[in-house]
Amino acid sequence: MLQIKNLQASVNGEPILKGVDLEVKAGEIHAIMGPNGSGKSTLASVLAGNELYEVTGGEAWFEGKNLLEMPPEIRAREGLFMAFQYPVEIPGVSNINFLKTALAEIRAHRGLPPLSAKEFMQRLKEKQELVEFNASLVNRSLNEGFSGGEKKRNEILQLAMLEPKLAILDETDSGLDIDALRIVANGVNKLRAKDNAFIIITHYQRLLQYIIPDYVHVLYDGRIIKSGTKELAYELEEKGYDWIKESLQASFS
Amino acid sequence: MPTTDQDILQKYSDQEYEFGFETRVEMEILPPGLNEETIRFISAKKEEPEWLLQWRLKGLEHFRRLSQEMPEWQNFKLPYIDFQAISYYAAPKKRKLNSLDEVDPEILATFEKLGIPLEEQKVLAGVAVDAVMDSVSVATTFQEKLKEKGVIFCSMGEAVKHYPDLVKKYLGTVVPYSDNVFAALNAAVFSDGSFCYVPKGVRCPMELSTYFRINAANTGQFERTLIIADEGAYVSYLEGCTAPKRDENQLHAAVVELIALDHAEIKYSTVQNWFPGDKNGNGGVFNFVTKRGICKGPYAKISWTQVETGSAITWKYPSVILQGDHSVGEFYSVAMTRNRQIADTGTKMIHLGKHTRSRIISKGISAGYSQNSYRGQVRVGPRADFARNFTQCDSLLLGDKCGAHTFPYIDCQNPTAILEHEATTSKIAEDQIFYLNQRGLDTEKAVALIVNGYAREVLNNLPMEFAVEAQKLLAISLDGSVG
Repeated sequence: MLQIKNLQASVNGEPILKGVDLEVKAGEIHAIMGPNGSGKSTLASVLAGNELYEVTGGEAWFEGKNLLEMPPEIRAREGLFMAFQYPVEIPGVSNINFLKTALAEIRAHRGLPPLSAKEFMQRLKEKQELVEFNASLVNRSLNEGFSGGEKKRNEILQLAMLEPKLAILDETDSGLDIDALRIVANGVNKLRAKDNAFIIITHYQRLLQYIIPDYVHVLYDGRIIKSGTKELAYELEEKGYDWIKESLQASFS
Repeated sequence: MPTTDQDILQKYSDQEYEFGFETRVEMEILPPGLNEETIRFISAKKEEPEWLLQWRLKGLEHFRRLSQEMPEWQNFKLPYIDFQAISYYAAPKKRKLNSLDEVDPEILATFEKLGIPLEEQKVLAGVAVDAVMDSVSVATTFQEKLKEKGVIFCSMGEAVKHYPDLVKKYLGTVVPYSDNVFAALNAAVFSDGSFCYVPKGVRCPMELSTYFRINAANTGQFERTLIIADEGAYVSYLEGCTAPKRDENQLHAAVVELIALDHAEIKYSTVQNWFPGDKNGNGGVFNFVTKRGICKGPYAKISWTQVETGSAITWKYPSVILQGDHSVGEFYSVAMTRNRQIADTGTKMIHLGKHTRSRIISKGISAGYSQNSYRGQVRVGPRADFARNFTQCDSLLLGDKCGAHTFPYIDCQNPTAILEHEATTSKIAEDQIFYLNQRGLDTEKAVALIVNGYAREVLNNLPMEFAVEAQKLLAISLDGSVG
C-alpha cells in the first residue's frame, strides 16, 4: 500500500527527515515511536502533503501512485487520511456539513454520487456509535469550543466516516485521559480491516496497549533506526529512548 | 511555492463577473441632463398627480443645495459625478401588460439567465416577484393571492395611481427629500420601485421579492421602495440585484423606507451583486443607497439583512429609528470586497423609546486591494430608558493588500442604557486550509467553506432561497448540501 524509500525532508532549510524507509501493507498496523524532535510528526505531515515541509529527496508510493506528486486534497481523495495532532477549529462550519462535503469530494473522486441525506445520516449515526461520539457535537461548529479529547475523537469520527485506505494517527493519544484513550483505541480496532492500514505515531507506549501493532519502528534523528514487533514497544517503555541512543552510539564506536 | 493568500487573491481577482450580458430591448430614453424640465417630463410620463410633482421639485431644490458640497466624511474619495451627463428616464417601450405572454421575450430570457424564471417561480410558489427592469415594472405575479389577504404589492407607479392616499401619507416620512444629496436626487427623479402595504393583523402569506436590474447604458437607477406594515402585520421582503457588464460607472441612488406600526414586523433582506468593475477598478456600479426604517409603535420590529458582494462602491447604512417603546431593530450584514472594490456600510440604531433593543452583526470580508469599512452609529435619546444594544463587527482579511476599517459611533444620553461592542479582525489560517485539503477539499472549496462559516450568523437570517443564492455569491459551492 505504501512504500517509502530514502525519504528526506526539511523545514525552513533545516533537514528533519534524513532518509526514511518504510513499507506498509494492507491489513497492517505500524507504530512509529521516537523521542521528541526525531521527525515523527514531520513524517506524517510530509505524507499528507503539508507544504510547510519541503521534500528534498527520496520517494513515496501509495497504491502504486507517486504520492509526492499529488496535492494534499488528491492524496486525501486517494484514501490517505491523517488524524491531526492539533485539529483546527473552523467557526460557523457545522461538523455535519463539513463531513458531508468531504465525503462527497472523496466519493466523486471514485466516481460515486454523493450519499442521499438519508443515507448520510444513517451512516453518521452508525459511525457515531462505533466511535462513541457525542451526538450533540456533530451539530456544532467544526471543533469550535471542543475539548482536546473531543477534538481527537472527532478525528476518529471523520476517519470512520471517510473510510480511508491508510490512516496516519499523529500523536492522537497526546492529551487524552485514560477513558478517551480507550474510546479512540476501540474505534481504531473496530475500523481495522484486511484492506486498510494504520500508521500510529506516538511518543508513549500506552496507546499500544490498546491497539496492538504488527510492527513497531523507532524513529531517531530523521531515520528509522530500529524495527520490530510489539515487544519493541515494551522494551522501549521499560528502558527509555536513551537505551536506543546508547545502543546506536555503541554501534558507531 | 505560491502562498495560500496569493492563491486566494488570484482566485478572486480572476473571477469573471458572471452576469455580464446585455438585454436588447427597445428603450425610450430621456436625453442626459437634470433640470426642472426633466422632472416635469418624468412626472408627466408617469401621469403623476400635482402633489407628487411638487414633491419631486422640492427634492430637486434640495439636491441643488446639497450637491454644492458633496460629503467628505466617508472613508473613500467620492469620484466626481457629472449629474448632467446622466439620463434620468429609461423605460422599455412596450407597456401595459396584462399577462406574462406580453412581456418582451428578451426580458424574460434575461431573467432566465439570472436564474429567476418567472414561470418557474409561479410554480414553485411562495415568492411573489415584482420584476423591475430599469425603470418600469414589466411583470407582477401572485397578485391574486395577495389580494385575498388585502396585501398591496405593486410598483410605486401603480401605487401612486391606485393608492394615492397611502403613498401621500407615508412617502418621505422616513427618508425626507432633504436627508442627503443622493436621497434628494432620488426624490427628484425616482423612476419606479416597489410599494407594499400589509393591513392590520395580516401576516403576508409569502416572501415578497423584487429583482432590480440596471440595464440601459448611462441611465442611473433611482428606485424608491416604500413598505408599510400596519398594526400587528408581518412582511418579509427580499431584494436581489445584479447588473450587466459596463465600462462606464453607473450611479445607483435608491431609497428604501420601512414603516412598522404597533406590534408590526418587517424583515428586509438584500443580496447585492452589481457589476464591481474590472481588476483595475474601472467601471462598476456606484451603489449609494439610503435605507431607513421606523418602528413607529410599541413592540414593532425591523430587521435588515444584507449580503453585499457587488458594486465598485457600496455606500449605505440601513438604519432603524426605534420610536415605539419595546421596539426592536436588527442589522445583519456580510460585505465582501475584492479587487479595487470599496464598501462603506453599516447601520444606525436610533433609540428613542423605552426598553428599545438593537442588535448589529457585521461581517466584512476583504480581498485584493479592496477597502471594507464598517460604520455604525448607536444613539440613545434621553427618553430611551433601559435601551439595549449589542454590536459585533468582524473583519476577515484575505491577503495583505486589502483594508478593513471599523468606525463605531456611540452617542448615549441616557444613563440606564446598556451598550456592548465587540470587534475582531482575522485571517484565514494556512493550517485551516491544509486541514480541509487533507479531508479532500481543494483550496478554493476550503476557502469558500471557511468564508461561509464566518458569515453563517448573517446568512442564517436570510430566507432559505436567498441564503442559497448568497452562498453562491460568496463563491461557495457545497454540492447543494447546504447545512
